[in-house]
Parts: sequence; C-alpha cells; structure tokens
Amino acid sequence: MERTWNNKAWFMVLPVLLLVAFSAIIPLMTVVNYSVQDTFGNNVFFWAGSEWFEEILHSDRFWEAMARNLAFSAIILIIEIPLGIFIALNMPKKGWGVPVCLVLMALPLLIPWNVVGTIWQVFGRVDIGLLGYTLRALGFNYNYVNDPFDAWITVIVMDVWHWTSLVVLLCYAGLVSIPDAYYQAAKIDGASRWAIFRYIQLPKMNRVLLIAVLLRFMDSFMIYTEPFVVTGGGPGNTTTFLSIDLVKLAIGEFNLGEAAAMSIVYFLIIMLLSWVFYTVMTAYDAEQ
Amino acid sequence: MARLEESTADGRTLMRQTPASAEAQIANATLARKMRRRGEESRFWWLVPTIYIIFLMLPIYWLVNMSFKTNQEILGAFSLWPRNPTIANYMVIFTDPSWYKGYINSIIYVVMNTVISVAVALPAAYAFSRYRFLGDKHLFFWLLTNRMAPPAVFALPFFQLYSAFGLIDTHIAVALAHCLFNVPLAVWILEGFMSGVPKEIDETAYIDGYSFPRFFLRIFMPLIASGVGVACFFCFMFSWVELLIARTLTTTAAKPIAAIMTRTVSASGLDWGVLAAAGVLTILPGALVIWFVRNYIAKGFALGRV
Amino acid sequence: MARIDCNHIRHAYGPHPKSDKDYALKEVHHAFEDGGAYALLGPSGCGKTTLLNIISGLLYPSHGELLFDGKDVTNLSTQERNIAQVFQFPVIYDTMTVYDNLAFPLRNRGVPEPDVDRKVRETLEMTGLADMARRKARGLTADQKQKISLGRGLVRSDVNAILFDEPLTVIDPHMKWVLRSQLKQLHRRFGFTMVYVTHDQTEALTFAENVVVMYEGEIVQIGSPAELFERPKHTFVGYFIGSPGMNVMPVAVEGRSARLGSQTIELPGAPKAGTSGVIELGIRPEYVRLGATGMPVSIRKVEDIGRHKVVRASFEGRDIAAIVGEDEDIPADPKIAFDPDGINIYADSWRVEMGG
Repeated sequence: MERTWNNKAWFMVLPVLLLVAFSAIIPLMTVVNYSVQDTFGNNVFFWAGSEWFEEILHSDRFWEAMARNLAFSAIILIIEIPLGIFIALNMPKKGWGVPVCLVLMALPLLIPWNVVGTIWQVFGRVDIGLLGYTLRALGFNYNYVNDPFDAWITVIVMDVWHWTSLVVLLCYAGLVSIPDAYYQAAKIDGASRWAIFRYIQLPKMNRVLLIAVLLRFMDSFMIYTEPFVVTGGGPGNTTTFLSIDLVKLAIGEFNLGEAAAMSIVYFLIIMLLSWVFYTVMTAYDAEQ
Repeated sequence: MARLEESTADGRTLMRQTPASAEAQIANATLARKMRRRGEESRFWWLVPTIYIIFLMLPIYWLVNMSFKTNQEILGAFSLWPRNPTIANYMVIFTDPSWYKGYINSIIYVVMNTVISVAVALPAAYAFSRYRFLGDKHLFFWLLTNRMAPPAVFALPFFQLYSAFGLIDTHIAVALAHCLFNVPLAVWILEGFMSGVPKEIDETAYIDGYSFPRFFLRIFMPLIASGVGVACFFCFMFSWVELLIARTLTTTAAKPIAAIMTRTVSASGLDWGVLAAAGVLTILPGALVIWFVRNYIAKGFALGRV
Repeated sequence: MARIDCNHIRHAYGPHPKSDKDYALKEVHHAFEDGGAYALLGPSGCGKTTLLNIISGLLYPSHGELLFDGKDVTNLSTQERNIAQVFQFPVIYDTMTVYDNLAFPLRNRGVPEPDVDRKVRETLEMTGLADMARRKARGLTADQKQKISLGRGLVRSDVNAILFDEPLTVIDPHMKWVLRSQLKQLHRRFGFTMVYVTHDQTEALTFAENVVVMYEGEIVQIGSPAELFERPKHTFVGYFIGSPGMNVMPVAVEGRSARLGSQTIELPGAPKAGTSGVIELGIRPEYVRLGATGMPVSIRKVEDIGRHKVVRASFEGRDIAAIVGEDEDIPADPKIAFDPDGINIYADSWRVEMGG
C-alpha cells in the first residue's frame, strides 16, 4: 500500500514507545549496568569493563548450554514444521470436524507453561504416569530422571505436544485461503498429490510458514519453564538450556555480573539468528 | 480418438483426425488408468488428525483421571480410570481462599494486560500501516525484537525496577511486564489486519467530514474487529501461559494460580491429587476462551497475513 | 476433440431432491457437436456453471449420463476425461515460469521431454506468450495469466473439449476484445470443441456459432445468434437477448388475428394448436414501426443511443419500446405498426408455430 509521509504519526506510536521503553529499555539498562561492573557486596560497585563478557565467552558452561539449546531448537523445528504441515494437509476442510479439530488442537497452546511441565512430569513418571508405566510394562528401561537420553526424549516430545498445533493452525489458515479453482485446475492438469502440494499448497503457505518457523525458533530458544519443571535441567546439566542456566547463575548463584553479560550475549544471539532466518526465508520467497 | 500432428514448412501445426490404432488405444487406456484417482486425497486422511488428537488428549486425560483419585489410589494400584471417583481434591481448592484467589489474580492481570496492550497498539498499528515517518522501519523492527527477549533475561531487572516503584506483588506490575512481549505482538497482528483495509475508506471518511477519532471508532474499528479479536486472543494466551516473570514479580497478594500449584509440594510430601485438580482447573479458562473463538481460529492464526 | 452428449442430465446439490425446485439443473438433453463453438448463456444461478462442471467431471450428475464420442464417461474422474477448463479467475502456478506452467499438464502425464518442449513451444506461439516463456508466472497481468490457463488446455492436443467458465470476468475491457477474437481464431484454425459459459450476451453472440440459452436450470433455446434474435423460443430469450429486450404483451388470439385491448393485430399466420393458457405476443423493438399510420401510442421518453433512438411509449396501457433510425423524425401524433416478420406468439411463455 502506498503510505503518505507524515511525521505526526510519531504521536500515535508514542504510547507504545513509552510503555515498551519502561518495560524493555530501563530493565535492559540495568542489565548492561551489571554487565560492566563488579561488586564485593554492600552495594559497592566498580568498573569491570568487558571482564564478564570475556568470562562468559570463554566459559565451557555457557557454550555447552548454547550447544544444547541449538540442538534442541533444531530438533523441534525438524519435527514440528513437517509434522504440522502434514497434519494441516489432512485436516477436514468443512463440516463438524473443523471446529472439533481446531478446538482440541489449540488446547495445549493455552495451558500455562508450568502446568504443561507438570502434566508431562506426571505422565512420564514410571510409578504413577501412563507413559512411564506403559513403557516400563513394555520392557523399556525408561527413566527421565536418571537417564539423559530419556530426559531429552521427554522434553522433545513434550515440546512437540505443546507447540506442533501452532504450526498446524498457521498452515491450516494458509490452506483454507486457497480458492477451490486451484484444486480443480490441478485435477484437470492431472497433477499428482505431491505436485498439488509442491506447486499449489506450499507456495500459499509460504508466509505463514515463515511466521511459524520464526515463532517456534524464538520460543524454543527461550524455553525455560517446561523443561525446568520436568527435569530441573538434569540429570546433571544435560537438559540445562540457556534460560535455565541464566536463572541459575542470576538467582541461584547470585552472580549478577556474569548473568548480565550472559543475558546480553544471549539476547544478541537470538536476534541475530532470527534475523538470519527472516532474511534467508524472505530472500527465498522473493526468488520464487 | 488419437490425433496426429504435423509441422508444415511455415511452422504451423496441422492436426488431423486419424482412426485410433490398437496400440494408441491401449496406451490411452493405461494413461487413463494412471490418471484415474490422480491427486485425490486418500480415504484415510481422517486417521492423521485423529491420531494427533489422541496424542494431545492422552496426557490431559491422565491429569483429569488423577484429579478424581485420592492420593492413596494414585500411589497404589495403577488404573486407567478412577476406581472410587472423588471430588475431594477439588473441594480442597475451592475451600482454600489462597487457591481460588490465585485464579482471580491470574485473570485480573491477564485482562489488564490484554486491555493495555491492545489499547496502545491500536494507534501505533494504524500509524505503521498508513504513514511513513522518520525511523518507522527501525522502530517497527525494534518493537519486534522485544518479542525475542527471553523472559529469563528480564526476570531480575524487572524485579529491581518494580521494587524501586513499590509495585512488587501488584497486578499492574505483572500486566505491565507482560506488555514487553504482548505489545509488539499486538502491533504486528493489528498492522497486518489494518493493511488489508483499503486506504480509500479513510479518505472517503475524511471527505465526508468525519473527525479522526470518530472515523477510527465508528468506521475503522468495525472493519478490523476480527483483527482486534485475534490480537486480544493472542495477548490473553501469552499472558496466561507465562509464569517466570509473573512469579518473580509476585509474592502473595497477586500470585498467579499456576505458581500456587507448586505449593502442593508441602510438608506431607506431594499431594498429587490436588496438584492434578489444580492443573485441570488451569486448563479450563483456556479451553473456554478457545470455545468462544472457535470460528475465528483458522483466520486468526493467519494474523491477517495470508 | 469429441462430440459431447448430455443424456437427460439432472443435478441437485442437496441430498434428497423432491420437487423440481431442488434441482439446480432440471433436465438437459443435448449434444455438443465435435469441433463446435458453443456458448452457454444465462443469468447467474441458471445452472450454466453446474452444467459445465458436470461436463468437466468436477461434479457428478444426480441423474442421466454423459457421453464423449459415444463412450459413457459419467463415472470417470476429471483426470480420466481429458478435458481442459479455464476458470473465472486465472489459475496459474505462481512459482513456475510460463514455460513450466504450460509443460505441467504434459509432464504430469509422463510425456517425454522432447515432445513436451515441442508442444509447449507451439502453444507459446499460439497464445502469443513466446517472449515471456522464461518469466515467472507470478508477476504477469490478468489477461496474460488467463492466456496461460488457456495454454495449459491447448498444450494437450488430445483434449476432448475446452471449457470456459466466464473467462473474461477479470480482464480489462479493451483486452476482452483482443482475447475473444484470439479465441475465435484458435477455434477456426484448430477446430477444438469449445463450451463457453457467460452471462454477457455480446460475449456469447460474438464468440459462438451456437448459443445455448439457459434459464432456471433448463435449456430454453439452442440456436445461432440470428435465430435467437428473430425467433426466441421462450419469452425469457426475448427479454435476455437484445437491447432493449423484446416487447411481450398478453393478447387474445382468434384465427389469424390477435386482440390487445381495443386493438386488433394481424398475424402472419394462425397459431397452431395448444393456444390455451396465457397467450402472449412478442415483438422486438426493431420490428415496431413508428409512423403516422397504425395504432395510437403516447410517447414517454426518447433515448438517443448513437446509431439509433429507443422510443419508450405507452400502448394500450403497457410499456412498449421501438427503435427508430438516428435521422428519423418522431411524428407529432405517433402511431405504431408491427412488422409481421417480427411477430411471435407464446403460449405459457413457449413459442408456438404459426401456420401459413
């Protein structure tokens, strides 16, 4: 749309600006402040320069958490995006099945995150949980409390359970916007199911898929509550993702300087990766 | 009928009808068979959503199942449904004020946040969708980066900030803190819907002598009503499910229900039944909201951007 | 190309049709000749798109059967019927080039690549898209996109018929002319069986050799544009075709004359039996002569529309339209006469033949 040049529009943006400044800039300033200072307690601070940053960037603990988080995001994207598309393609297009599917599928999205954690913590327990009990009964030596592999599986399945619906609903929204004539033309042209997907459905889902990938990447990279409730970051540190580590550092160990430096690095990395995703996907879209 | 084509010297194609040869007929029949059900959906498509929904419902069912059991039964024999269904766990919650106050607290700050986020996002989204102004693109991008801010990064600074203002343990503190990620989201959603409304509508309204506020409320708002609904839904959703910040900023008076749940880890060990009942009760408001917006979900999730 | 026979085809969208009202298509029994250019003309909701979709196999009829060259195809899928269809809104595969769009139907059918290339190049020439073969289809204009949809039909030289569902709806007026004449040329050169659905009479009359007029789920007349104009079989055809439409007035017929109020009109012949029910006389404005002799009328309005004038008058208390030449004068005491050639008699809206 052609937009007219009008600097007075700033007044309309002002409320948002003030509000977000209050809830983003000021707290962020505190973080920056801590990240360049050190203290021996009693509220006495002195300049520490880039010390904290160097410490973070040279700490194995940070990079391990980062690697775990990247692996986690990659795995859930690889599972959730294709699975979400596949389910959306097989959703009913009309009739009573539509609201039933939509309501039931959207349900996990509106469960508070720690309740999601609780649900899976209970569900996976070998003594009282359906999943753990069944797996044990089938002869699997499943125990997410002690076994890192089982802990990872549990956390990943939980995230798939929790968030795949978001991808499904986004893709479904893209799919229902395709006019019937496209499918009719495809029939007349003798297109295979795959060709219909590749040349009609996928191009129409492009924009919503971009949203889905971005949202899923950002949220999985910030994940805290659900794995914290289920595994508490364990066993050992095997499911300690960046957010969990950050909270441990800041509140558990009260190591404010290091936590602040880590916050900034963490935030910058999310922004950088989101930007890369966004650019790559829009460039691909433009090229198409 | 088979058809032969020949290219003549001048490049034109002539088409002649010829009697179909036996081979051509067989070839046609093979092709026809191949084409028969081409591109049609499998008859078993419904299996996919059904299996997926069962996968989604099982853990929830298990929670509901547990909420109707006594602690002894939960820890005792394993059973797929409650043998002696009891509502004692729910009674615990409804008779203890700190439990149901938790719900009220959650609802209060979620509603406050939704109202604030959408109210400030409306004019901003209008500005972004209709005008160009100094730094508009950077501003828009900066707003969106706030959606990328990990709550863990902000938990501690928020605590200090709101302590300084004496707002700790108030509903407004949580509502304002959640604006961090909900305002950018609301602006983004509303901008998408507003850009779908042709600009001519604004111009016609001004020519007809509408003032800006009157135009905005009387003409523009009804046109983007579904967008406002979607923005409200998403703000509600993200504020309702977020806990890290909500728990950091509250102690007792405004403590959200989801945080109170952890209290069941009490002196007498875990009270699984009450925990499950509380979990079920936190799912209900979300289920209720989805039920009301069920007809708009598909459109809403496209965020006006299909 | 094939001859298409519709044998007693009826279609209802609801599951249990009871009365005639439940049928979107009441009964169609008609043959589309091999290589013919047909237009299905009628107002919205008359069942023309339903009929088209039944032919293409996107819909299966509730009753009746469909034959292509004598072969029953009623239960075959769209894919097996081997037809082409151009829709109201251009359907193109956005992400492909123009070339790939045209190659798509062939590749789907496993045609060897050299043949694909040859056919696509021919089709690009035919549709005039040759210079944009390598462009992405996304950025093209509506008429170019519609040409691609057409090209995807033309590229398969063995298609049984090419069906058009109001294909010019989204095309700019000046491009409509160009596309329509191109279509006609293609038809002349290659002799495809074409069925063209439209609600625009000009489009139908200029495109087709045979116009099939539909009204409320029925075919009311099939004929050349001239036949539709001069001998409308149904009063609806009279109204719908021509501008302004036919004058229709209730009369009482006795032998070779018709009486309307105080006036008696001589008929070219005595209407044959079956003149019970509501009897009407229809005459096109072109056959109403305005002059100093005949039956008295009072003129209400004269519309000058360029090459001729449309005179709106009141005749025996009813509205009547007449067309007079641009330079003709309108008499002070106007009278009208009916040209016997243009008189048609209708019983219950259907035309009755007149004996000599």
